[in-house]
Amino acid sequence: MIYGVALLAGCMLVGSFLGNVFGLLTGLNSDIGGVGFAMILLLLVTNSRKLNRIIPETYVKGIHFWKEMYIPVTIAMAASQNVVSALSSGFLALVLGLGVVLIMLFLIPLFNKFAPSETESNEMEAEE
Amino acid sequence: MKEIFNIIVDLFVKNGFVMAFLIVGIVAMFSNFISAKVTRGRIHSSAIAIFLGLILAYIGGRVAGGSKGLSDIPIFTGIGVLGGSTLRDFTIISTAYGAKLSEIKKSGLIGVISLFLGIVLTFIIGALVSVAFGYRDSASVTTIAAGAVTFIVGPVTGAAVGASSDVVAISIATGVLKSIAVMLLTPVLAKKIGLKTPRAAMVFGGLMGTTSGVSAGLAATDPKLVPYGAMTATFYTGLGCLLCPSVLYFLVNIFLP
Repeated sequence: MIYGVALLAGCMLVGSFLGNVFGLLTGLNSDIGGVGFAMILLLLVTNSRKLNRIIPETYVKGIHFWKEMYIPVTIAMAASQNVVSALSSGFLALVLGLGVVLIMLFLIPLFNKFAPSETESNEMEAEE
Repeated sequence: MKEIFNIIVDLFVKNGFVMAFLIVGIVAMFSNFISAKVTRGRIHSSAIAIFLGLILAYIGGRVAGGSKGLSDIPIFTGIGVLGGSTLRDFTIISTAYGAKLSEIKKSGLIGVISLFLGIVLTFIIGALVSVAFGYRDSASVTTIAAGAVTFIVGPVTGAAVGASSDVVAISIATGVLKSIAVMLLTPVLAKKIGLKTPRAAMVFGGLMGTTSGVSAGLAATDPKLVPYGAMTATFYTGLGCLLCPSVLYFLVNIFLP
């Protein structure tokens, strides 16, 4: 089990490193997409046959544990948001915060229309 | 009796992190009960749990007067550790396990397009709304619009363009409200907007951006979609920090000299 957790930690640190290097190159000096890089890394590593030969298969348990813990962490995250100040800082913030979300949500069907998913045509698009 | 009480409080404060597991477990169990019995499974228990979390954050904020919700109350500090950015990122990364690499490759391009479009459109909406509310100087308009991108992009941009602190506060509040709105509205509207494929989730992550909002909103909709949305969303804040104080600020300056 610890192998999986360690693998996760390794991916997070390498991803974060990549994100920071990327941030340095763009002059932002912060982490850009480190989590995204880490996710891609984890996917690549766990899909590689070599790794699955080296590490005992039980490593998956360590990853699964944290995957299951994801929702509890999200609940704790919700409980530590600054809800009071967000709700009390005026009408502008409320209108803008809600408005943007509603507009963006209704843009998703448009995207789906332009690029219909779940069809065979996806395979062809990918090759173009 | 008072000594016993003190021992208990002391235990809670000292073992805040362990305490957090217990509290979140109770909240999850309670939400599960409400989801199954009261709503008959129509509202996902995660959505209820996240909503309860936000209510607890409100109560915590009122009681302690801090900026970190429930976790500002001494016996609940562990909640802040459990829900802090380190563990949040750690668990988000773990959700990638089991995601299909082929889906991500397939939707990679549209994910990138949705990222750029999401930031630029959000910024434009933010700029227009702040102008409608009477802001005319480019620094304030840019900062508030950047806050609509995420609550991290807002203050980063505000510092870069030299906005006043009350404007920065509004931009942070806008970003937090956006992320709360994403958490709550996503599960409600998911079916209507066709949010059920990995591709739609990647587009969703790119358009919305707020990592906490996206990941919580998807968790309450369909946990299988979390990795796809989170994958694009995690690039959003970085890209926003890049675009807002530079290109987008420049554009605002053209319109508001």
